[in-house]
Amino acid sequence: MKTFRIGGVHPAENKLSAACPIKKAALPKQAVFSLYQHIGAPAKPVVAKGDEVKVGTMLADADGFVSAPVFSSVSGKVAKIDAIVDASGYRRPAIFVDVEGDVWEDSIDRSETLVTLKDRPELTAQDIVAKVKAAGVVGMGGATFPCHVKLSPPPGSKAECVVINGVECEPYLTADHRLMLEKPDEILVGVALIMKAVQVSKAYIGIENNKPDAIKLMTEKAAAYPGIEIVPLQVKYPQGGEKQLVQAITGREVPAPPAIPIQVGAVVQNVGTAYAIYEAVMKNKPLLERVITVTGKSVKQPTNFLARIGTPMSQLIEECGGLPEDTGKVIGGGPMMGKALMNLDVPVCKGSSGLLIMNNKEARRGEIQPCIRCAKCVSACPMGLEPYLLATGSALKNWELVEENDITSCIECGSCQFTCPSNRPMLDNIRMGKSTVMAMIRARNAKK
Amino acid sequence: MSLIWIAVIVLGAVGLIAAVVLFVASKKFAVEEDPRIAQISEVLPQANCGGCGYPGCSGFAGACVKAADAGSIEGMLCPVGGQPVMEKVASILGMEAAAATPKVAVVRCNGTCENRPRVVEFDGVRSCRVALMTGTGETACAFGCLGCGDCVNACQFGAIKINPQTGMPEVDENLCTACGACAKACPRKIIELRPKGPKGRRMVVKCVNRDKGVVANKVCKASCIGCGKCVKACPFEAITLANNLAYIDPEKCRLCRKCEEACPKGAIHAVNFPPRKPKTEAETPAQENKN
Amino acid sequence: MANKLIVSLSPHVHGHDSVQRNMYGVCLALVPALIASLVFFGVGALIVLATSVLACVFFEWAITKYILRRDKVTIGDGSAILTGILLGFNLPSNLPIWIIIIGALVAIGIGKMTFGGLGCNPFNPALVGRVFLLISFPVQMTTWPVTGQMTTYLDGETAATPLAVMKEAIKANDPSVLEKLPDSLDMLIGQMGGSLGEVSALALLIGLVYMLVRKIITWHIPVSILLTVFVLSGLLHLYNPVYASPVAVLLSGGLMLGACFMATDYVTSPMTAKGQLVYGVAIGVLTVVIRTFGAYPEGMSFAILIMNGFTPLINTYCKPKRFGEVIKK
Repeated sequence: MKTFRIGGVHPAENKLSAACPIKKAALPKQAVFSLYQHIGAPAKPVVAKGDEVKVGTMLADADGFVSAPVFSSVSGKVAKIDAIVDASGYRRPAIFVDVEGDVWEDSIDRSETLVTLKDRPELTAQDIVAKVKAAGVVGMGGATFPCHVKLSPPPGSKAECVVINGVECEPYLTADHRLMLEKPDEILVGVALIMKAVQVSKAYIGIENNKPDAIKLMTEKAAAYPGIEIVPLQVKYPQGGEKQLVQAITGREVPAPPAIPIQVGAVVQNVGTAYAIYEAVMKNKPLLERVITVTGKSVKQPTNFLARIGTPMSQLIEECGGLPEDTGKVIGGGPMMGKALMNLDVPVCKGSSGLLIMNNKEARRGEIQPCIRCAKCVSACPMGLEPYLLATGSALKNWELVEENDITSCIECGSCQFTCPSNRPMLDNIRMGKSTVMAMIRARNAKK
Repeated sequence: MSLIWIAVIVLGAVGLIAAVVLFVASKKFAVEEDPRIAQISEVLPQANCGGCGYPGCSGFAGACVKAADAGSIEGMLCPVGGQPVMEKVASILGMEAAAATPKVAVVRCNGTCENRPRVVEFDGVRSCRVALMTGTGETACAFGCLGCGDCVNACQFGAIKINPQTGMPEVDENLCTACGACAKACPRKIIELRPKGPKGRRMVVKCVNRDKGVVANKVCKASCIGCGKCVKACPFEAITLANNLAYIDPEKCRLCRKCEEACPKGAIHAVNFPPRKPKTEAETPAQENKN
Repeated sequence: MANKLIVSLSPHVHGHDSVQRNMYGVCLALVPALIASLVFFGVGALIVLATSVLACVFFEWAITKYILRRDKVTIGDGSAILTGILLGFNLPSNLPIWIIIIGALVAIGIGKMTFGGLGCNPFNPALVGRVFLLISFPVQMTTWPVTGQMTTYLDGETAATPLAVMKEAIKANDPSVLEKLPDSLDMLIGQMGGSLGEVSALALLIGLVYMLVRKIITWHIPVSILLTVFVLSGLLHLYNPVYASPVAVLLSGGLMLGACFMATDYVTSPMTAKGQLVYGVAIGVLTVVIRTFGAYPEGMSFAILIMNGFTPLINTYCKPKRFGEVIKK
């Protein structure tokens, strides 16, 4: 069975909500739409205070190519355009909408009927990319890179295959798993759309073999879609990293940054994104809602929600039985790469794949001990780096050393710190070093 | 006896050969250097703090010589040695040193534990830059001091320390050489080099929160809310308001301390003034009685 | 909510591996060899081991507390106990207590704490202690009691070890001397003279397997050392039968103990798989060279210490292969 070549760790899976069907979350009283829900330029507001909006009304338009519009996921009145502390921990501009009723824009097809490519033979690649762009679809796996950018390969590169990420290697999260079980046809049509958009005839959907039900169902369904192959993968973190996934499936290694997967001919998308693309193109539905797993060992009822974007996290926690008494940490995303939230009023964003609640004991890091040079971080690093060297070099501010040792290749997956017997906060230091080195490189390039 | 002689001769020969090799090498591989660089290096403090912007003291010395050859050493300043050192440097180069105002590092935040409640607990490397990556740090203030002491680590002179009571860095003005290392290390640019002012006295707005007044007020008791009362109170038009923040121009400020009284949040601090005369203290209760 | 939320950077989970788990894991892996040493050397082994462990732990405690004045004493992490056991394993079972204590002081004091304690020492502390004793007390350190004397300590009957026999054969240039070697099965079980922990190759191999299964160490160092020694001594044996057979070389002396437990010491071995292979091969070559051509019959500890010194250099030049370094098209 395939997996990526070097490194990797096996965190306890804890997929508590794997058997829980996707449940529609209740409408919030007030929805908050951050203008920074994607990588790139923030969206520009196109509504004003007091405007009536429907579900699907554009609130803010994309500002530039690498940007994405934001749509209202609720109907009601724009209360204010202000700022909110979002999942990043920073105050960022956001549009607040007071919810009244649930009125949808007429252009959106709300029926459940499956629309396949055969029903819409007139769609061209340009149409698909344009629709994806207009619907504000971004990478749903958490990176939130505007989707239409990936679907328009830069000049000089040619896509050869599409790689779809159904790996969900983060412990606890089950959003993609449930989506594959409940919307397999929609995902497969979405994949077919991606294939058409980038003009390739081959697509692989990588699924880790801790989801045998998803592998079975998707393989059965995929038989009807030419060119789509389901690839079962060995369970190993961080298989969901796009470079690792491309390597595991196609055997090709993406070179060091600034190279991206398209350089080896791969277009990587998440299953959630494929579903969003299906809805955007076939149902004319902009990105309004997403599947988010609310989970944790102390949570009464770990649940997979289909939540409207802009719903406050606190409301989802209430629906799961409330915030446990001994909560120590609330994480937006999975435990390996997610971000600890500073407060619970953070709204669901396009990239929110999960909400993990940890109790006080789990949340604390262990006592830091001296590095015993056991080299476990070196063998765990999926990028073939030397985390111990990068962490120490960064802590000592030896930027030249860490740059020479390819700190910019680090994907911040956390495998090194996860595996460290001395509980050393390696990634804290490596992140600091990486950001410094990136700034140095940018400054050098600017000088040239 | 002959054994001793052999030893002496062998050792002597080894020493002689080594001396010859060293002599030849020092002549042959000698790097020609402007003698003034060495002279300047000698008068510099040799702290190699990089405060001047050059890599160490010898780098600065080289830059001074280059600048002198180009015509002027204006703008070259060793922040550690200050005026006396620059005068010496100038005399070596046969020039006049430009007058420089003495400066000091100023921490523009007063978000002590008491003023600014900690809303979350930060767990990780005690570094401001790491804390910054988690969001706004332990407090809800998106601009204020993170209190992890990157400035303390950057200071070569032990002039900054974190006060354990307040959780804030404090500058020891006697030790501070205004090299600017702390200002560079601070990821939120809270520390700034400011003119020391006459007798070390100056007025400082100790806040950098650019949020609107309502937000700034919520996160910290001692924040500047940009109300502009100080601007009105200042008789010398030394205070300007930008980005919801007051700024006191040290050139124009005449140290009348009217702004300090006007500030409703106590964000303006008078530094190094003698304690207020009892008169003012007597006034305050009187005012209260009136109200 | 009563307490504040904790904020930190990812990852938010940990693999629950710890220094203690690894150190005590190695100690556990040494248990079979420990039992073997008690079976073969009886009370002498017990006294030597107990003294060595207690002295190492005591010196670590005393040095951190009174000389380094650290708040936290680190004897709980198990590394001092491990050093103590390994030092004891490298000593003959009839060594007087005072010599053992000096060895422990050198191992912990000079070998480890002078460099800053766990994780900072360039050389394997137990070997530093052993080599110091070997050079300072050559007679006591090279007279090994024969096995099976359960109740004797200082006054045990001594005999030549297989290594001494091999050296004698080379010196005399007479292959018939090698007939004095015990047969391979005895050597595998440990029925021969030698330092108390090194005799039973079988027990040490059981420990190695345990460490590999629990992923405390990787296979690179032990396998590369053993393979190198086997191949090199095999070639020598083919060239001239005066050199002992490769099986006898593998099973004799401290080779097994060194390859499985001393060379694999985390702190002093290289960080990358490639580096570990270079390190292992070099140790193997040096061991055979010292054993065959050197003045000492045993070369394992010197070989390891020499390569410890090269570890930083190996770390600088043997980098892991970066992801995407070679583009497969």
